[in-house]
Amino acid sequence: MLRFLARRLAQSVLVILGVTLVTFLISFAVPADPARMIAGRSASAAEVASVRHQLGLDRPLPVQYLRYLGHLVRGDLGRSYVQRIDVSTVVESRLPATLELMAGAIFFELLLGLPAGAFSAARRGTRADKGTMVLSFIGVSAPQFVVGLLLLYVFGYLLDLFPLGGYGGLANLFLPALTLGIAGGGWYARQSRSSMVDALRQDYVRTARAKGAGEWRVVLLHAGRNAVLPVIAMIGLDIGNFMQGVVVVEAVYGWPGIGQLAWQAIQQLDIPVIMGVTIVAAVAIVLGNLLADIITGALDPRIRVR
Amino acid sequence: MNEDMTKRPIRRRGLLGTAASASFLAAAGRLPGFGVGRAEAAAAERGGQVLVTFQSDVATLDPAIGYDWQNWSMIKSLFNGLMGYKPGTTELIPDLAESFTVSADGKVYTFKLRSGVKFHNGRTLTAEDVRYSIARTIDPATESPGQTFFSAIEGYDQASAGKGPLTGVRAVDPMTVEVRLADLDAAILHKLALNFAFAVPKEAVVQYGKDFGKHPVGTGAFFLKEWALGQHIIFTRNADYFTPGQPLLDGITFQLGQDPTVALLRFQRGEVDLLGDGIPPAQFVSVMNNPRWRKDVVVGTQLETSYITLNTRVKPLDDVRVRQAVNMAIDKERIVRIINNRAVVANQPLPPAMPGYDPNYKGYPYDPAGAKKLLAEAGVGSGFPTALYCMNVDPNPRIAQAIQQDLANIGIKADVRSLAQATVIAAGGTEGEAAMVWSGGMGWIDDFPDPSDFYYPILGCGGAVKGGWNWSWYCNPKMETMAKAADALVKPSEAAQRIDMWRKIFVDLMGDAPWVPVFNEKRYTVHQPSVKAPDESIFIDPINIPVNYNMIYKTNA
Repeated sequence: MLRFLARRLAQSVLVILGVTLVTFLISFAVPADPARMIAGRSASAAEVASVRHQLGLDRPLPVQYLRYLGHLVRGDLGRSYVQRIDVSTVVESRLPATLELMAGAIFFELLLGLPAGAFSAARRGTRADKGTMVLSFIGVSAPQFVVGLLLLYVFGYLLDLFPLGGYGGLANLFLPALTLGIAGGGWYARQSRSSMVDALRQDYVRTARAKGAGEWRVVLLHAGRNAVLPVIAMIGLDIGNFMQGVVVVEAVYGWPGIGQLAWQAIQQLDIPVIMGVTIVAAVAIVLGNLLADIITGALDPRIRVR
Repeated sequence: MNEDMTKRPIRRRGLLGTAASASFLAAAGRLPGFGVGRAEAAAAERGGQVLVTFQSDVATLDPAIGYDWQNWSMIKSLFNGLMGYKPGTTELIPDLAESFTVSADGKVYTFKLRSGVKFHNGRTLTAEDVRYSIARTIDPATESPGQTFFSAIEGYDQASAGKGPLTGVRAVDPMTVEVRLADLDAAILHKLALNFAFAVPKEAVVQYGKDFGKHPVGTGAFFLKEWALGQHIIFTRNADYFTPGQPLLDGITFQLGQDPTVALLRFQRGEVDLLGDGIPPAQFVSVMNNPRWRKDVVVGTQLETSYITLNTRVKPLDDVRVRQAVNMAIDKERIVRIINNRAVVANQPLPPAMPGYDPNYKGYPYDPAGAKKLLAEAGVGSGFPTALYCMNVDPNPRIAQAIQQDLANIGIKADVRSLAQATVIAAGGTEGEAAMVWSGGMGWIDDFPDPSDFYYPILGCGGAVKGGWNWSWYCNPKMETMAKAADALVKPSEAAQRIDMWRKIFVDLMGDAPWVPVFNEKRYTVHQPSVKAPDESIFIDPINIPVNYNMIYKTNA
């Protein structure tokens, strides 16, 4: 197990290093001139050049990249061109909101996905099964900004049950978490259905049935217990999915997390912030995958050997 | 936690306010009639808290750095400069200064400060603070985007390079500031009214260092009470503010990160007082057609012009007849319809609200037949291929296509190049590169309401350099001489004569047709009926967008 962990960790570091290199190179392909942004539109070419020198942007690319890595190791993500504040300060102040949103989303996707999957598996082949799977497919594939605006309009504006966006208590959290949870829930429904169908084929289920256990008892207790563990391990992978989802959902609901930060930074071409958020997201995804590996490895020793 | 504490009182304040005003009216009703109406009016004409929404986070509130339309007027409510503007107008008035004098040669400006002006930290403002603040903006370490505005001040070159002091600004005594110019600059008073010249206390700048923009301390009508990054900013009324009777509001909450569509829904439910980002384009038609919401919209103009640059150094546009023909080929009315009539047709570089605009100038008529005749005279009667650059954000590509069709009607085959903003700016600023540029999305909005701001950077020889903004590469020595002569009229008594000269410059240069002026964008400010101002012009204040926060108040009705 330790060797397995060490190997995974080493791979993770390589992945993150790769992400820094790619984001760094992309930031040079983006048609934004930070020096011009800082110097203002009326600045002369000489003034822009002097700002460029001050930022170190006139040095060779490899030198700039190494300098960037050096700062990164010390936890320095650079300074925002637009906000003129340390990127780490901005990211830090926004991370709690995103974590809160993710927790809410995990709650909803499990709440929606697991029962739907179990129900479908128990009713395999029936219209109810097909109906549930079609619904889950819609949930997975519906664009989140549409789902978000729709929920907001119906439950927030027309029915007046929830606040129209913004950050605060559980009432504010409900709709954005649900929007993220609907997509994840559809995914979970499909996964838990197949893992449940698998479990229902096992010998111990036949044994339970033979003992005369009721159908729901068989599905929920005997098969469910075994089917749910691999599904839980997916939560780690979810973090990656969320990182895409939060950008859209946070923008729609005015949720002050790092997704909204990324959205704004992209619109303003604030490269240090875009890079900072990308790296934080990459680290989160890598950690999530690591977590998933550890859980599955712990559950199934066969995986560790591979 | 913070959010709960800030949001709830505001929501409740509406209810409490209504109850309070009802009992006030009931009490007033029982009093004898005399004087009641006046007392009631006086009581209602100030006060209240407003909630303003914005989509973007506020970048910075440092007056030396903030340079977007969102923080520009917020900063104006936190800080002051030597000069300011009469609310709702483009009329310059002394602000931190009580009065000023100009030397006979127009190179020395002496400002007498108001007495008893206090910073938010309680310290009294002195002439040294004014000097320090201007020098700070020019200091390259500050990385201000507004440095260049002060290039006429003596010692600018060394100070802006970090090689010496700014000798041109001096605190003569604690109440007197002297600004000495190396070159005449008729717009210097406007420049001293820019946010970049606003007074900041040195001790606060030293204390917060590079984060001063998140902890602003000024002399303004409001002070910053709270800033939750990415969430909200709260301004509270400065009871010690030096302008009597201002501000009218007790406080403002700016809620940030609000999607404009959602903000509109909240506005329609009465939760939001003022839409910072205005009406989202997708909802514009439905809001304007709905009588319930239409009356909350105040329409004004902006000091903005959108135009097509015609590169005078690219063949065959180097022939004035070809440029005139292009001016006559463009159906501007149709372009305005493309953007849902959110603009008025333009015929000259200056927007109508800018001093120097000529209401009698008729411009080029829409006359494709006449345009074809001019092309034939210029020897390109069968048309020619050319390129039209535009920014790749809606509606600009659609507008560029309309221009392309208009040009095709007279035989000009324009290749539309829809590109990222920075790429278009780079192409425009490279000699001989972009034959035509549609300026939409990058158009010139004024820095200060003076016609010279629409000449030097975008139509003067100085802007026709690599990386400049004169994308027509128009450089006419005759105009340069006239501009110089106009800007030599620096005495306040010569102001009207100077504006007349600028008016003539812009009309004359339209004879050379370096641009096709297409439209001036309109401004739509949306506010609840309970948000009021002494005068409607406050809602379309040319200096403050979306509104002059010092001059609005909220009634409980």
